Amino acid sequence: MGWQWFHRLGSPRWFYEKTNAWIPWLALLSVALLLIGAIWGLGFAPADSKQGNSYRIIYIHVPASFLALAGYYIMAISGAVGLIWKMKLADMVMKSAAPIGAVLTFIALVTGAIWGKPTWGTWWIWDARITSMLLLFFLYLGVIALQEAFQHQATANKASAILALVGTVNIPIIYKSVDWWYTLHQPATLKFTGESPIDSSMLYPLLTMIIGFYVFFALVLLMRTRTEILQCERKTRWVKALAGGQAS
Amino acid sequence: MGLAMTESLIELKSLRCERDERVLFERLDLTVQAGDLIQVEGPNGCGKTTLLRLLTTTSADFDGDIFWRGKLLNGGNGATRLDYLNQLLYVGHLAGVKKALTARENLNWFCGINQGHQRCSIESALEEVGLFGFEDVPCHHLSAGQLRRVALARLFLTPARVWILDEPFTAIDKQGVANLESLMLEHASGGGCVIFTTHQDVKIDRIRKIDLHRYKGLAAA
Amino acid sequence: MNVYEPSQNRNNQDSTIQAQSLNTPGVWSGFWATFKRDGLIAVRHRGEMANPIMFFLMVITMVPLGISPEKAVLAMLAPGMIWVVALLATLLSLDGLFRSDFEDGSLEQLLMSPQPLYFQVLAKVSVHWLVTGLPLTIMAPLLGVMLSLPSAGFAPLLASLLLGTACLSLIGSIGAALTVALRKGGLLLSLIIMPLYTPVLIFGASAVNSAVEGFPIGGQLAVLGAFLAVSIILAPLAAAGALRISVNG
Repeated sequence: MGWQWFHRLGSPRWFYEKTNAWIPWLALLSVALLLIGAIWGLGFAPADSKQGNSYRIIYIHVPASFLALAGYYIMAISGAVGLIWKMKLADMVMKSAAPIGAVLTFIALVTGAIWGKPTWGTWWIWDARITSMLLLFFLYLGVIALQEAFQHQATANKASAILALVGTVNIPIIYKSVDWWYTLHQPATLKFTGESPIDSSMLYPLLTMIIGFYVFFALVLLMRTRTEILQCERKTRWVKALAGGQAS
Repeated sequence: MGLAMTESLIELKSLRCERDERVLFERLDLTVQAGDLIQVEGPNGCGKTTLLRLLTTTSADFDGDIFWRGKLLNGGNGATRLDYLNQLLYVGHLAGVKKALTARENLNWFCGINQGHQRCSIESALEEVGLFGFEDVPCHHLSAGQLRRVALARLFLTPARVWILDEPFTAIDKQGVANLESLMLEHASGGGCVIFTTHQDVKIDRIRKIDLHRYKGLAAA
Repeated sequence: MNVYEPSQNRNNQDSTIQAQSLNTPGVWSGFWATFKRDGLIAVRHRGEMANPIMFFLMVITMVPLGISPEKAVLAMLAPGMIWVVALLATLLSLDGLFRSDFEDGSLEQLLMSPQPLYFQVLAKVSVHWLVTGLPLTIMAPLLGVMLSLPSAGFAPLLASLLLGTACLSLIGSIGAALTVALRKGGLLLSLIIMPLYTPVLIFGASAVNSAVEGFPIGGQLAVLGAFLAVSIILAPLAAAGALRISVNG
């Protein structure tokens, strides 16, 4: 029955036990993809005609930015599911996704700065993408701060879910506004993704890294959610048995 | 009277409420009929305020069903909910009175956001609670007891049928308590119902007491 | 008759409890009841209305002191600075939007009334704008003069601030609703709302800047108008949901 599956999906215990087997596979897959992509991109892909070797940072920067944005949507969607269907598991996923996404946004910002130095000579530049990424970082921080501020966990989850949803509606608006703002002020500059279509010898390692990042995100999200489950359900019998079994 | 007196106003079926991983109460069945005076009892922290919150539809965090006059209240039915809220009056710990305004202005607002029908004028309502002459005094000049009485004046103004009162006897003197008790009795006799909590001894015979502690569940499995 | 005793002649009216099925007054009369009440409170606390304006004035004074009093520099900074400071002044005033109602129980009563929360929130935000955003807008040309804003910028400043401050009040009400139950909600409120303010700031400041440079600004004003329309529809919904959560927690 459809609803039965849905309800079982919402049970933290069922989720915890089901995903026990997934962790090693996900870990293996993500490490493999990341290693392959990194070595290929950083070592073997050809140098760029305009930027030389310094462009290679995009193999980290671009996947990180994709995931930063995707992470926010994952956080908002699970928050919405938790809010509407009152599913505890969805709330835990939202709570776990927030810091991961924030860290990824931070990585994107830092790698963007690292890219900026050899390209334009400055560590920071107010261009459309970096500025949008910075605002996304603030949105993440807002959700995390709101989570931490409430004493009652259920209220914290509901409030963060609403904030995440409001942020989701605003993200396209913010990105478009910043884009437009940048066109008013910029001289002719290099865009991060370049005007010329990216060559396939650079594209494939990039795709590998992107997929690797996605898998890695899934892995870390899973691990954090499982920890969150143990934390929230610590008073129940099955968690106590788990902890007791391991201690003995 | 007759049929109207035995009409079932509110029905709770298998109500279960959890807060912070603790089960506050479960398998709570209750039928509130016209003319009922129900006192919800129990030690502090056992969920009395939570139950009142469920009854005022402020919170929707529960399992089970609540019926208003036979129709399901929880769930998407907006018309039933609207009908219920039209017939509901809540007086809680907080007075709901703005200190910058006078008693009259506060009660005007109250009538404006509720049914707008009044059973008597604002002046007579204030007179009933002993605030005759204080209608146009800004509420920051009033004492805590007087503020409480402004809140209680709503009981005279509202045509609502269901009264939910959380600790209504706080901060009023013995005479006020006696008057409130007879008011509650009168309301119930007229076909309404009162659900309340209190720490004080209430001198009304026909109260039904619900001990919430009896419905307390075991720790979650 | 002892004023304390319940009146005897009310018994005749008790039949009305059973008989009628009560209808709510329309949503607009509920709107006006709350609008009037909040307006009355604002008038009684007249002194507080001056606070955002004083903040505006004082911070703008710091600009020449901290940066440079040269006309050319000030003229370049003026549109953006006025907009930023207006935004900050609005942010500071938002914390009190729902807080006093939360603390004295009026919010609870609102949730239990048959009135839809959407219109009640709209009423409160309207009064907030009339008491904060509108005075800031009216004050802005004076500050434009102090910052050597070129004459082409004055009308666009008024127009953009008029539309923009309304958006800011609406969007800000969401943050106010989310943080009303927190004791030190004020700073957190600013943190969560600021990213959401950036589109309004971008288009508002750009309207004034473009006008000063001689370009038509119909586009920017249209976008601000669109923001306002969307905010009027969506922001009170989000704020109402957040209020229910805050009161419940």
